[in-house]
Amino acid sequence: MENFQYILPEIFISVSIMLFLLFGVFKKNSTSLIYNLSNISLVILLALIINHSSLDSVYLFNNSYLIDSLSNYMKIILVGSGIFVMLTGSKYIQVINLNKIEYPILILSSILGMMIMISSNDLIVFYMGLELQSLALYVLASFNRDNLLSTESGLKYFVLSALSSGLLLYGCSLTYGFSESTNFDQILINSTEFNYGTTFGIVFILVGLAFKISAVPFHMWAPDVYQGSPTSVTLFFAILPKIASLSVFIKFLYTPFANMNDQWQTIIVFISIASMIFGAVAAIGQKNLKRLIAYSSISHMGYALAGLATVSNQGIQSSITYISIYLVMNLAFFSCLFMLKRNDKYYENIEDLSGLSKKHPILSFSLLIVLFSLAGIPPLAGFFAKFYVFLAVIEQSMYFLAIVGLLATVVAAFYYLRIIKIIYFDPEKDEYEKSHNLGLKITLAISTIFILAYFIYPSSITEIVSKITMI
Amino acid sequence: MNFPILSSLILLPTIGALFILFTKSTSEKYQSSKYVALFISLANFLLSLYLWYVFDKNSVDFQFVENREWLSGFINYKVGIDGISILFVILTTFITPICIISVNATIKNRLKDFLIAILIMETFMIGVFCSLDLVVFYLFFEAGLIPMFLIIGIWGGERRVYSAFKFFLYTLLGSVLMLVAIISIYWITGTTDVEKLYELGIKAEYQNLLWLAFFSSFAVKTPMWPVHTWLPDAHVEAPTVGSVLLAAILLKMAGYGFIRFSLGLFPIASENFTMLVYALSLIAIIYTSLVALMQEDMKKLIAYSSVAHMGFVTLGIFTMTQQGIEGSIFQMISHGLVSAALFLSVGVVYERHHTRLINKYGGLVSIMPRYAIVFMVFTLGALGLPGTTGFIGEFLILMGAFEKNILVAMIASLGVILGAAYMLWLFKRVVFGEMNNQELKSMKDLKTFEIITLSALVIPILFFGFYPEPLMNSIEASVENTLNMYNFDLINNLASKD
Repeated sequence: MENFQYILPEIFISVSIMLFLLFGVFKKNSTSLIYNLSNISLVILLALIINHSSLDSVYLFNNSYLIDSLSNYMKIILVGSGIFVMLTGSKYIQVINLNKIEYPILILSSILGMMIMISSNDLIVFYMGLELQSLALYVLASFNRDNLLSTESGLKYFVLSALSSGLLLYGCSLTYGFSESTNFDQILINSTEFNYGTTFGIVFILVGLAFKISAVPFHMWAPDVYQGSPTSVTLFFAILPKIASLSVFIKFLYTPFANMNDQWQTIIVFISIASMIFGAVAAIGQKNLKRLIAYSSISHMGYALAGLATVSNQGIQSSITYISIYLVMNLAFFSCLFMLKRNDKYYENIEDLSGLSKKHPILSFSLLIVLFSLAGIPPLAGFFAKFYVFLAVIEQSMYFLAIVGLLATVVAAFYYLRIIKIIYFDPEKDEYEKSHNLGLKITLAISTIFILAYFIYPSSITEIVSKITMI
Repeated sequence: MNFPILSSLILLPTIGALFILFTKSTSEKYQSSKYVALFISLANFLLSLYLWYVFDKNSVDFQFVENREWLSGFINYKVGIDGISILFVILTTFITPICIISVNATIKNRLKDFLIAILIMETFMIGVFCSLDLVVFYLFFEAGLIPMFLIIGIWGGERRVYSAFKFFLYTLLGSVLMLVAIISIYWITGTTDVEKLYELGIKAEYQNLLWLAFFSSFAVKTPMWPVHTWLPDAHVEAPTVGSVLLAAILLKMAGYGFIRFSLGLFPIASENFTMLVYALSLIAIIYTSLVALMQEDMKKLIAYSSVAHMGFVTLGIFTMTQQGIEGSIFQMISHGLVSAALFLSVGVVYERHHTRLINKYGGLVSIMPRYAIVFMVFTLGALGLPGTTGFIGEFLILMGAFEKNILVAMIASLGVILGAAYMLWLFKRVVFGEMNNQELKSMKDLKTFEIITLSALVIPILFFGFYPEPLMNSIEASVENTLNMYNFDLINNLASKD
């Protein structure tokens, strides 16, 4: 029984999901009530996690579940961004008629799956969490079922994701076969000697994970799914699964496969460089903002992985800092997207931003800040994210990775500048609606101020993250 | 802890910008915003003059140093000034109010945003000259791109988008390698504090690559041949005030960077690459002067002349002589004043006649006598006539060059002749000659605010041309110190090789 007090957050969210489901089925017209209740339960969940976060690592259920500083931090930013995702999207799903009771419940169950992934210390538990989040995501992607693009994106995501889960499972079974255990720590102990079986296992697992994090060359699903899904779901896709997958990446590389870093380091460096370059180059020709942000997130994942490739605590911490700042930038960007509404229709093409600055100075200014931050121009938060990553990369004398990465930022700067050009330099179009719901405004204000004022106290995230040590 | 005077100098314009941002102006023309901006920038100018007054000119140490913990544990926010940087700070605070006064003439729409951009820009520019930490320096150096990109892009001419992109991407590309170098320095020496780095020194084996990485950034920003092509575009398309800021201050960041970082941190590499810098500088001086001769657009001509003048600056810095470096600094200050004045002068006629093509003008002396006089002073300043600041800078640079390499000095002297040629020819074609174009007759002479701004520039150009002592006094000790450290490092390196 002692174990249960540590997984109180997980238990709480599971119970809430079931209660909300029952409630929604038996009570008619309770959609917005459940939406709000889900958001409140996320806040309580966040409070529970923070309350239970201790510095010590706690192993639960025969060492198959681990709560440590890494999992705590990741869960906090996961649930925190979950709250903001729900806040920003509430108006959107009403306008495009998606406010069904399943929507918040699917989001909650997906978050539950991610929490299990983050804390897992065992191949089976990990896979269970992964599938829970994936199943919820398949449905969410095709949630706008009358829309052709949405159903297409759901199907596409399902087929490709199932394929990658298959590869992942194959990798898991190979790893289990050669190391005689599913427990991460046990695998580490048993895999001191080199053998091809485990190497293949690593490759397959990394492929599966790279798919989930949408890193090149396993990124093909991302642009279509980002574009086709409802925008609120796209925002969810852009942030939460990335946090969970990055945390699993860290866990896999530095717990079971820590001894074999000479095997996986090259793979990560390759994936990282390919993502940075491809994401930057492919985004140049895009016309749809959601599609563009998909390529941009591919390139950002490249930078986050660059930190992991260093095999150092500093590198891991820089990756976590990167993803934390990345999620704030994405929140801000999507909040701006949600504000491009006119007559109950949302606009999502780059051309729709034309001349925005003349009638919407504050919205344009926020976009300006976010885009320069995404491009990594100082003194905005995005610069510090990249700075920490390259600090770690250069510490390990990986100059090639650093120089390629920084040159890719110059290419990437081009398409961010293009959006700014359209907002500020081009002739204006019709006005958008100016009244927005409070949650959206608050999210945009908080995230923009965070990005803008991060340079005043740039150690804020680093200090928390510096407690996470894996090596 | 004393009053943080440098931080207030850096932050004051930003506070002004925030004030303008959050106050609503009732009138259409945003007059009140303009007065706020002017007041803030003048206050900053007075503050910097006070700084110069209390500044100890005989000391070689950095003064008014502020050192605060910033990136926990490893990088501090450190600012301080010595005799070299204080001149650039004053140049910045002097040019900004002039820009703000001239804003009315050129900026028709979104004046408020423009004022905010200029004030933010001032913050970053002062920050560059004050920072004593490489990361802080990089932060200010790069951050300046954002307001400048917007200034060119929003208020620029026809091809503004192309020019703004070119400016931004060129400079960013140059700078990212500097970031790699800065981080490498941190891991090699354990600090990015400039003062500590001066003491510690950087091992000779790393210096060449690090020097090249810094060079890539500074060469683009200077700009040196062959990466100067963004400058004519940016200048031509930027609004007058943008060109003034660009020419007067942004270009000086690189020259300052060469003295402070390339010479100070990598003396051995600087010695190795001297010939490269000489060659590029000479090409810049001769080639861009010839190109300037051929220009039909006034702004483009002045832009190319800027490249040539900056060629003198880089040449002077890498002579590694007291005269050469002092001359370079003097030349930078002089060019800051003269090029700002020239761009403003072009702005004056562009405002009235809406063209920058030289052949559309002629005979202005008969209808705009006052304009003809100030324009003549600036022309003579640009070509380096004795009695203007331009002369002293070029003279000292050539003196330094003669000491090191006679051939280089002789070729560079040709540049002086070419400079006289294109500037005098420009003056002849615009101000003298016959007035063929009847439309020109309606042009009015200088307005009051133009007289204020232009005479504010005439005075220092002539004053320091005849009496350079105050400026020289200020830089002498610091330059001597830089050179001493430089030679000390070189001798040490030779000794360790034997």
